[in-house]
Amino acid sequence: MAILLTETTETVLPDTRAEGDRLWLSAAELEAAIGWSSRPEGFCRANICVPVPPGREREFMRGGQIDVAALWRHLGQPLAHSADGGAWVLGTAAAERESALRSLQAPDFSLPDRTGCRRSLSEHRGKKVLLVSWASW
Amino acid sequence: MWQALYEELKDHGFVVIAVALDSREEDPLPWIEAAAPTYPCLIDRDHRLADLYDMVNVPQAVWIDERGTIVRPTEPAGAYEGFRRMDRVTREMPADAARVTAQAKATYLDALRDWVRRGDASEHAFDAERARAHAPRPTEDAARAHVLFRLGQHLIRHGQPDEGDRWLAEASRLHPESWAMWRQRAGVTELGLAAQPDFWARVDALGARRYYAPVDMKGMP
Repeated sequence: MAILLTETTETVLPDTRAEGDRLWLSAAELEAAIGWSSRPEGFCRANICVPVPPGREREFMRGGQIDVAALWRHLGQPLAHSADGGAWVLGTAAAERESALRSLQAPDFSLPDRTGCRRSLSEHRGKKVLLVSWASW
Repeated sequence: MWQALYEELKDHGFVVIAVALDSREEDPLPWIEAAAPTYPCLIDRDHRLADLYDMVNVPQAVWIDERGTIVRPTEPAGAYEGFRRMDRVTREMPADAARVTAQAKATYLDALRDWVRRGDASEHAFDAERARAHAPRPTEDAARAHVLFRLGQHLIRHGQPDEGDRWLAEASRLHPESWAMWRQRAGVTELGLAAQPDFWARVDALGARRYYAPVDMKGMP
């Protein structure tokens, strides 16, 4: 079993096994966890497809399973996992963050308030927002 | 601090969203209860806001207009480096440092009032070109640090505190500019006040350098 954390999701993968730096998922798990699917033309999400480099298929696929870690690295994105392979985090590359910030469209997020109710930045569209960090520490 | 400002400006189509970068959700609760905010006060255990907006400390803020466009990217929210001259025992600032700190805060709040009332006509709202010029440029190490920070927090919450703390330490090592990651960990490891000498060591290590880039705002010290 492994848990896969992306920016916005936490997916428990009961049948998944980690092997060192590899995390093998079924095609269905891959799509459910990160929204990418395996197609004949490569790995696709929405209308973007990234071809698998010719001759390197075995780095990414094995008996119907996909190594999500290899895919994530191939996409140029950072990732990390616990020593026992039980927890994996897929992150976002600096270049992608920078281009989002340079677009000037404020990145949306949703976080809980003290009652656990999740609130999004985008709920406040139509108002001017002071988005400010603070901390108890 | 933000409640009074929100009350003053809320009828001008304005809202404050305060995000606590606090990995233990119980930590900010007493502060929230004391402030009794009527604006959204959110709890960000994984410092996701810092990742998305390249924030490195608190308080830092972003101004976002009615269309969801950033008109002032991440910058210190009226904070000034006067704390660097604070007496480390009494925690008091020399009068001149206190004056400059108060001036920085007043300048920031006045600029914010001006923008809320006058919108794009305010000289404090950047046009697209200036806003882009001020947009932060996160590094690959910072991006990786945020991944490790999230992994560490997950492990701490799920019964693997020792390994979790090692990832937090590695995150902080990769992203030393983030005092948020470092100060959060000082709390997580129960160092509490014991972290103070380390904190001042970090301050001293800056030497003559400023921690924050100067804020591009008329009247800001």
